[in-house]
Amino acid sequence: MKKAKVVNLSDSGAPNSRNLWEQQYNQLLPEDREISNRSGIPIKPLYSPEDWSDENYADRLGYPGQIPMTRGIYPTMHRGRTWSQRQLIGYGIPSDYNERLRRLLDAGNNAISLIPCNSIYRGFDADEVDPKLLGTCGVIVNTIDDMDRCFQDVDIAALSTAMNDPLPFTLLALLLGVATRRGIDWNQVSGTSNQSDYISHYVANHMFFRLSLEGSRRVLVDHIAFCQERVPNWNPLSVVGQHTQQAGATPAQAMAFTLATAIQYAEDCATRGMDPDIFLERFTFFFDISISFFEEIAKCRAGRRIWQRIVRERLGAKNPKTWRFKFHGQTSGVDLTRQQPLNNISRVSIQALAGIFSGLQSLHTDAYDEVLSVPTEKAARIAVATQNIIREEAGCADVIDPLAGSYYVESLTDQMEEKIVETMEQIDAAGGMFKAVESGLIQRWIGESAMQFQSQVDCGDQTIVGVNKYQLEEQDSVAEPLKRPTETVIQSQLDSLAKFKANRNQAEFNSALSQLQSAAQNPQKNIYEAIVNAVVGGLTHGEVVRYVRQELGFGQPQTIL
Amino acid sequence: MLLDSYRPKVIVTKIGLDGHDRGSRLVATKLRDSGMEVVYTPPWQSVSTVVRLAVEEDADVIGISSLATDHLLIPDLVSALHNAGLDHIGIVVGGIIPDDDEQALIECGVHRVFHPGSSLVEISDFVRDLAIKSRTHSLRTFQVVSNEES
Repeated sequence: MKKAKVVNLSDSGAPNSRNLWEQQYNQLLPEDREISNRSGIPIKPLYSPEDWSDENYADRLGYPGQIPMTRGIYPTMHRGRTWSQRQLIGYGIPSDYNERLRRLLDAGNNAISLIPCNSIYRGFDADEVDPKLLGTCGVIVNTIDDMDRCFQDVDIAALSTAMNDPLPFTLLALLLGVATRRGIDWNQVSGTSNQSDYISHYVANHMFFRLSLEGSRRVLVDHIAFCQERVPNWNPLSVVGQHTQQAGATPAQAMAFTLATAIQYAEDCATRGMDPDIFLERFTFFFDISISFFEEIAKCRAGRRIWQRIVRERLGAKNPKTWRFKFHGQTSGVDLTRQQPLNNISRVSIQALAGIFSGLQSLHTDAYDEVLSVPTEKAARIAVATQNIIREEAGCADVIDPLAGSYYVESLTDQMEEKIVETMEQIDAAGGMFKAVESGLIQRWIGESAMQFQSQVDCGDQTIVGVNKYQLEEQDSVAEPLKRPTETVIQSQLDSLAKFKANRNQAEFNSALSQLQSAAQNPQKNIYEAIVNAVVGGLTHGEVVRYVRQELGFGQPQTIL
Repeated sequence: MLLDSYRPKVIVTKIGLDGHDRGSRLVATKLRDSGMEVVYTPPWQSVSTVVRLAVEEDADVIGISSLATDHLLIPDLVSALHNAGLDHIGIVVGGIIPDDDEQALIECGVHRVFHPGSSLVEISDFVRDLAIKSRTHSLRTFQVVSNEES
């Protein structure tokens, strides 16, 4: 009898009315806790047609490969070609890299990566840094001979190589030099210059910062122009949201910063007289996929929708291929914990699933032991298996954009879009991304978001299993013996560098160097062409960076606390 | 000197080649906000720069953040501090430090290694206590020297 009475209280009198549910919910849960996602969007307990209606379908979703691209950039998406499984490789000296690369190729991989040693990120050759640090986090590649050794007995033309190669892009220059040596046409060299987004490095990941902001601006446009002309199957740019999000930006902020950065680069190319219908086809993106599952899916779907609008309306591109928001995702290392480290396998599975549901083109899953040390091979294998399980056992890649039409996911996608656009408008008001970075605005926002998140963890509002809740007294021990290059191996590499420098043709070296310097001094010339010629002429990676820096300046990154 | 109201002076830095600075910035901000005097440096400092900074700033504690393998340089830093007569300075390390390396760091004189998941409050409390111990020690050393002179 009591039940019937409640039903009568509802507006419509229908037993399934929303008002009735709301009343019952509030009665049962008078003090509901407030929940917001990492981007600060309040999360309701229930979503229904009042939050998102199918009437919006054509306008907001459409079909895969069609405007507004929300459901994916290709008609077939993962049903056709699934994503590339691109794991990071790089350790020790070139022969170590070659051995690991060939094992991967034998196992059927063709999407590979090259992660250089931290000394290379900093613009140094091996003989300029403490030998203890060499080859511990990536492979040492300083000379054209080193690059040749990395790809010994490997057909460069059959690979797609993602190179972590910040500007001035010496690694691609070395690879092109090797291609020439082997008589391979540069048209056949394909892959991506990862870490080419100097703005993201400047604000969020100082590791790669080598040149002044203005100098970087010129080198990047020269690089894009050079590749368009000479290495047409190479993606010269990957705009990175991963760095800012890892540094503390919220998912919405990270997407906004990335899109604003891409606009900046596109406008810089257009100012140079380049055609958006051509250069935009080669723009690619790279995002962090955190464990905030629905938020990450909404972030990427919203990003796709915003990008096609910007490309068509703001950048004026008519070529439909430029409307595609192609992106690589990496599961977020920040979410992984040292406590109970095997739990990280679960975390990575959830992150990877979010990435796949968000329609990415390429995925790297982190190894569970990344938080303990440089990942071991066994852990990296589990990370790859995680992708295979999601795809082939769980069937999660069988349906395109499977969460579309969910009242929650669609409403959240709309709200993330609003939030992202709002931040982008603030950046425009600050004079665009380049100016917003120069003034320190972006760095301040990131710092504030990082502190806010950490405070939520510290006070327990944000649960992290094993860290601030469900802690165990006893720790699982999964520590593997550490693999680091021996002193002998490093010494052999240093010897070969010394030999390279002693044996190179001094006349060719001098001529290549003076061409590099004159190209740097003359903004009408393409400096990247001179860099490619420089490494062929015998300059090492460290020398190229040093001479380019002498001409274009080094800017100390700002610190904003 | 009443050390209860003492304002500790802490250098927060990164040595070596890696530039991932989210951790060092967060820790620096927390130490500052909890009343300590913080000298923050951008990444990539050399061992000799950190030693010089420690002398110039009369630091109580040096905090080193390492996310790659830069902590392999910390034993060099410890011995450089020793050679400069700065044994009283507390050394704290935070970041991705493998177990075997942690053991080696503690053996060479590092006071504590904080791993991912440590709370900022925990870090800040530890650093404050360590700074006060370090200051007490340096005062004691200073008094001994003055007695000898008089």
